[in-house]
Amino acid sequence: MQAITRIQSRTIVLPTRDIDTDQILPARFLTTTSREGLGAYLFNDLRFDANGQARPDFVLNQAAADGCAVLVGGNNFGCGSSREHAPWALLDYGIRAVISTEIADIFRNNSLKNGLIPIIVDASTHEFLLTNPGVEVEIDVVNSTLTLPGGTVVEFPIDGFARYCLVEGIDQLGYLQQQMDDIQTFEEQRPWTP
Amino acid sequence: MGAPRTLFEKIWTEHVVVAETADTPAVLYVDLHLIHEVTTPQAFTLLRDKGLLVRRPDLTLATMDHSTPTTPVSTLKDLLVAGEGAAAQIRQMEANCAEFGVELHGFDSAHRGIVHVIGPELGATQPGKTIVCGDSHTSTHGAFGAFAFGIGTTEVGHVLATQCLLQRKPKTLGIDVSGSFAPGVGAKDLILAIIGQIGVDGGTGHVIEYHGEAISAMGMDERMTVCNMSIEAGARAGMMAPDEKTFEYLQGRLHSPTGGEWDSAVSRWRSLTSDAGASFDRSVSISANSLEPMVTFGTNPGMVVGVNEPVPDGGGDASFRKALEYMQVESGKPLTDTAVDVVFIGSCTNSRLSDLQQAADVMQGRKVADGVRMLVVPGSQQIKKAAEEIGLNKVFRDAGAEWRESGCSMCLGMNGDTVGKGQLSVSTSNRNFVGRQGIGARTVLASPMTAAASAIEGRVADPRPYLQQVN
Ligand code: SF4
Repeated sequence: MQAITRIQSRTIVLPTRDIDTDQILPARFLTTTSREGLGAYLFNDLRFDANGQARPDFVLNQAAADGCAVLVGGNNFGCGSSREHAPWALLDYGIRAVISTEIADIFRNNSLKNGLIPIIVDASTHEFLLTNPGVEVEIDVVNSTLTLPGGTVVEFPIDGFARYCLVEGIDQLGYLQQQMDDIQTFEEQRPWTP
Repeated sequence: MGAPRTLFEKIWTEHVVVAETADTPAVLYVDLHLIHEVTTPQAFTLLRDKGLLVRRPDLTLATMDHSTPTTPVSTLKDLLVAGEGAAAQIRQMEANCAEFGVELHGFDSAHRGIVHVIGPELGATQPGKTIVCGDSHTSTHGAFGAFAFGIGTTEVGHVLATQCLLQRKPKTLGIDVSGSFAPGVGAKDLILAIIGQIGVDGGTGHVIEYHGEAISAMGMDERMTVCNMSIEAGARAGMMAPDEKTFEYLQGRLHSPTGGEWDSAVSRWRSLTSDAGASFDRSVSISANSLEPMVTFGTNPGMVVGVNEPVPDGGGDASFRKALEYMQVESGKPLTDTAVDVVFIGSCTNSRLSDLQQAADVMQGRKVADGVRMLVVPGSQQIKKAAEEIGLNKVFRDAGAEWRESGCSMCLGMNGDTVGKGQLSVSTSNRNFVGRQGIGARTVLASPMTAAASAIEGRVADPRPYLQQVN
């Protein structure tokens, strides 16, 4: 995986609460055996009408969204399914960080494993971002900080190990494989076998 | 004696291969890895790219359910009803399992079914195990006193390659359920009420342990319904201590231990309860006594009311208003006047034999209302067979419902079984998300009894009057 240390971008704002993985990537696009190309279907049913025409009122279809890599969502972003296709779709589209006051567990895990940075902020920072779409923010992954326009710096929580892997571009599977001796010993010594 | 521990802590401790530190997560051993066609292809590709093998095929169990047709499949043409993508995914699953030596319950298996239905049915789901699957409803298996949770495809790859996962220890939430259910009210109504109470993010970061007299009184099917929807409250997992009912359910199943191993397993399983005085990070309590049949009115499972209760007004919240607009329901009115187009009985929440039985009790001798499509999809081929042996298929067919092969079907609408645009579906599944059952589909989540009553009346309906007539 590529190392990620810093992201600078304007924001796209999707203020709805509880944006679930079915909205991020509807189930009918899961009949794929690869992880590429899913960005075309990101937020498909919000983005396009029944005839496949872009809905002009949806934020991703507006010119201001071009080139934005940071998505601000309403509270409890990414709830629902374990489909990793959701972060794959966001990344494929060009989103590299998601900001909310709460991000669902499995979605957060999946994001970290793919280099999509899940950022949890306090209510007032969130409110600022929701009410000021398109502001330029800077994310420093090394120091886990989010810098708002005007220079306000907010720290965000991120698991130290996940951050280390992101910053160094380390694949977590490689780390797990290094524990193979311990895994083997565990299997041999456990009092019962599954 | 050490400090009193919760059920979760006991299982967690027993599976830690490498302890967690401030800098590194724990390496946690996985006893059972369930896999299905949708969330595994990219993981097998990763193994292939890295030249790795499946480390423990004997602890890996595969089925096909999500993109699998629920009409009989014997030719390629039958398979294509779900679309070319779905068919390719299924073929890929067959090829991957054959190549890596994983046992697959495919079209030729009498045990094919929804992954969370067949794990318990085969006796592979057992107390004290750590169980994972690339599917959020893996929480279902917690009903047996297992620590079971959903993972993403990258983690599926980790488990295939190492049989382990990197995990931070979650917090615990104890939910006490006192009292007993009134007739016509059950497990589905309880879990919907719980999600309504704690919210769709109420369990985030936590493992829920359900306990109390109403839980003990439940059968295994009902316990699975409750644990299944723990994820809808955002919880990592849901679990319940195993008891005599658990052991009775498991005895004699295909993967259950036998002979002396059975006895030692049961004695080990008996220790899997939270010790007296064990504390949870948070606790909640709810009484089953006053519960009514519950229905969802919005676009997440926390937007729920009693079937005869008025839909709340949401206090001007924009997301709430949007949900009501999508659903075309009004604040201040109960859902019982809402016309129904589709009724779906199925999914890993409510497709087991007792669910079908309850729906059939309501349907017995009655008809699906004109203009309503009712689809009944058993959770597994075994359940289908058992239901047919006692004539449930006939009850549904005589009523005018469709009786299908097993699979996820309309729960997520990726196998060709979908709800039409703008149509209202009363569904026994677990998610009423926008478009979950089809583009523009409006979903009301309910129990099998409520769904059956709604099919008869052609509008959202209270099942209780039908039960009185049955008894
Ligand atoms: S029945 Fe629905 S919730 Fe259950 S595994 Fe299938 S798609 Fe997921």
